[in-house]
Amino acid sequence: MSDQVQPALSDEVIVYRKRRGVELLLLLLAQSFGFAGYVITDLNLYGELPSNIILVAAVWYGMGIAVHLVVRFILPYADPLILPCVFLLNGLGLAMIYRIDQIPEPVRTDSSTQMIWTALGLVLFCLVAVLLRDHRRLQRYPYLMFIGGLVLLLLPLAPFIGWKSGGAQIWIKVAGYSFQPAEVAKIMLAIAFAAYFYEKREVLALAGRRVLGIELPRARDLGPIMVMWLACLAVMVFQNDLGTSLLFFGLFTVMIYIATERPAWPILAGILFVGAALAAYKFTNHVGRRVSAWLDPFSDYDKNLQIISAQFGFAWGGLFGRGWGLGRPGLTPLAKSDMIAAALGEEIGVLGLMAIIMIYGLLIARGFKTALTAPDGFGKLLAAGLSFTFALQVFAIIGGVTRLLPLTGLTTPFMSQGGSSMVANWIIVGILMVISHRARMPQAATAAPQEMSALDDATAVISR
Amino acid sequence: MNGPIRKVTIFVSLLLAALLVNMTWISVARTESLNDDSRNRRVRDAEFSRNRGAILVGNEAIAESVPRTGRFPYVRTYPKPELWSSVTGWYSYNYARSGLEASFNQELAGTSSEQSIGRVVDLLTGRQSSGANIQTTLNADAQAAAVKALGDKRGAVVAMDYTTGEILALVSTPTYDPNRLATVDLSEAQTAWNELLNAADEPLKGRATREVYPPGSTFKLVTAAAALEDGMVPDTMVDAPDSLRLPNSTRSMGNSTNCGGDRITIEQALKTSCNTAFGNLGLDLGGDKLRKQAEAFGFNQDPTIDVAAAKSRFPTELDEAQTALTAIGQYDVAASPLQIVQVAAAIANDGVMMKPYLVSSVTNRDLTVLSSTTPQRQGQPLSASSAKLLQQMMVTVVEDGTGSPARISGLTIGGKTGTAQTAPDRPPYAWFVGYAEDPSVAVVAFVENADVARDDISGGKLAAPIFRAVVEALR
Repeated sequence: MSDQVQPALSDEVIVYRKRRGVELLLLLLAQSFGFAGYVITDLNLYGELPSNIILVAAVWYGMGIAVHLVVRFILPYADPLILPCVFLLNGLGLAMIYRIDQIPEPVRTDSSTQMIWTALGLVLFCLVAVLLRDHRRLQRYPYLMFIGGLVLLLLPLAPFIGWKSGGAQIWIKVAGYSFQPAEVAKIMLAIAFAAYFYEKREVLALAGRRVLGIELPRARDLGPIMVMWLACLAVMVFQNDLGTSLLFFGLFTVMIYIATERPAWPILAGILFVGAALAAYKFTNHVGRRVSAWLDPFSDYDKNLQIISAQFGFAWGGLFGRGWGLGRPGLTPLAKSDMIAAALGEEIGVLGLMAIIMIYGLLIARGFKTALTAPDGFGKLLAAGLSFTFALQVFAIIGGVTRLLPLTGLTTPFMSQGGSSMVANWIIVGILMVISHRARMPQAATAAPQEMSALDDATAVISR
Repeated sequence: MNGPIRKVTIFVSLLLAALLVNMTWISVARTESLNDDSRNRRVRDAEFSRNRGAILVGNEAIAESVPRTGRFPYVRTYPKPELWSSVTGWYSYNYARSGLEASFNQELAGTSSEQSIGRVVDLLTGRQSSGANIQTTLNADAQAAAVKALGDKRGAVVAMDYTTGEILALVSTPTYDPNRLATVDLSEAQTAWNELLNAADEPLKGRATREVYPPGSTFKLVTAAAALEDGMVPDTMVDAPDSLRLPNSTRSMGNSTNCGGDRITIEQALKTSCNTAFGNLGLDLGGDKLRKQAEAFGFNQDPTIDVAAAKSRFPTELDEAQTALTAIGQYDVAASPLQIVQVAAAIANDGVMMKPYLVSSVTNRDLTVLSSTTPQRQGQPLSASSAKLLQQMMVTVVEDGTGSPARISGLTIGGKTGTAQTAPDRPPYAWFVGYAEDPSVAVVAFVENADVARDDISGGKLAAPIFRAVVEALR
């Protein structure tokens, strides 16, 4: 912790070690897990090495090295653990999708598509690294970001392009390509929240009236918050998507809490969320069904087939798993996307899935560490918010698959099949790396973080 | 802002810890029941793909797993299906198992706890583990004779060595072909299942052990045993009127045979299967003594045999009329053929009842014995002296009584016929239970229906020849 405590104003300079060599080593090691999964799948299923093993190895490790080189030259001070964690998760996800592809008949090629999405994600990651350079540039247009994010979030409700799949209307389909706009909205809203809350943190923390022991901000500052709450409600009710709504509401709550340092916010948000969730449980079919599928799935075998077969998969895998290619993950519906954790649990065991959760934990920890070390408040907020989205997604989806909570249709970051999620999450990693680079680059230690806001404070602090 | 960030970090680590704890909970508490769930296709597929052990009669496999190619690497095969299906039961993907396939499933599949060391060795040496073989006590000749003698009649035969309790034959007819249910062609199995399930003569019923029927006059052995145990002797005289008015009832009991007098000995009553004499005997003894004797033979108790078996019933509350009816094996008495053969076996074995068993040993593929069965006493329902007297009476039944069709020259045979009334619109059941001294075997033959005129149905005419065929096969 000592290096996080900023020393008193002095000429001291904190210099973090770059550790790029370590990163490369860890990266190659991490990539090998996914690669091994791919090779073992073929060995177990066909008794021979995959036919295009050389090509896959070249592309897969080549991507890792390429990204590493970009980081080495553009973001040399960025945290060296983030990339290996993400590559480990991404590789295991690809290998599992490849494994499920092998289930006849016919053999599918979703893993190749996923590989292309991964490559696209990496390209966007590099673009973020090259073009953004300084995350504080994102601070400039909070309202634009906010509105853009909201529009994206609610876009699937629009006629003609909105598309319903698996009960939830969270897709848009344009010219044959489908996309989950919420994934991009996640980034835009995180940026918007970070900028807005950072700018208004004192107002939000101090101004306003006391109601029931909670200091409420003034109505006009509360405006965006109410809009956000209503938007989450709309997502929950009209898009039938408890997961996304939980994700955004959680993100929003955590960021306003960090910005204002007022525990009243999460308490208030918690009450609102519970209220909304109870209402959804009572008045919508969708949520009620998920809750009953969670509490007692076996009461209706056919309806809860998905969650039941996931449980059977876990049981069949046991502690150590059946091994790559030796389980029956194909028996679980949506094994490649929502239920990929169940497929992994079946083939690499409860222990394997626990290890994956630990890797997510490590990634999230590095994200929060970035937030702690970030020199500017906006960066802190953004890094913490983005890391929290990972945490919430992992918790909600793996918790849902393992019956800790009702199942919500969130993606498992970097693992589940799907382009929008993959691309968006790689952009998030890019932003985190940029903040981390900024946070760890040598700088004169100062007691106060530097202010970079281009905007003048539009709102004056009324009372202290 | 670092304070809240740290708090959020702690919150997040609690969330992830909850995931880990929950997964631990899954693997500790839920795995077993999930893997036992019959709807878990993963488990079912794996089991169906296994190299199951064989069920053996002598050196001959009556059920074995044969390698094949395709989705399931083995298929369960029954080389003589019609002969042995009553014992092996079936083994199918969608319709579970029955018979020995069910009761010795763990041993056959190789998943019993005795086999766990072998499984670990197989795992370490990379060998495909396989199940154990089970060796039965059955006798192929006796089984074949029973199946042949029953023919296309619905019925059952159980033969056991009364000195050891070894089951030598166990047949329920009509038999069926379990290969049709064990096939890997699941739609074919479904067709076969529906056919067998809906067949009018109900081939899937386990008539030998799993069904109970009114035992009719064969129950008079139990009544006679109770009388002897109560101090009466074969020469004790009982009233044998043509018609016995049932106490406190408007109905009366009649005789279907000539009892040979109005007042006859118990021996004579057994020989002629005289209903009214045994009705009076029952009234003399009372319901409690009858019940005690029946329960000593195994009624109202869970049967202990290697396959699923039904509990035979003796009513708990009896008024006098019911007692009289019960004494001749009517009213609510119900017994499985297995139970009836156990009664005869205990009498033949001088009062000692041996525990019946079907499986003599379980051996690994490398012939190491995992478990073997030794004959076990199950109880002594009647004294040796009473048993000897009763044996004598049963021999008389065969020598010049209703059981004469069971006679085999050169053998000492004791037996008892039975014709049990069922519903008025249904033909009566024909029973014959008896024993031979050398070979020491007790056999019950039960015929539920046959295509003969109703008046011709009697234990002596229908069931005794089946008994004789089985005993002759064992000579």
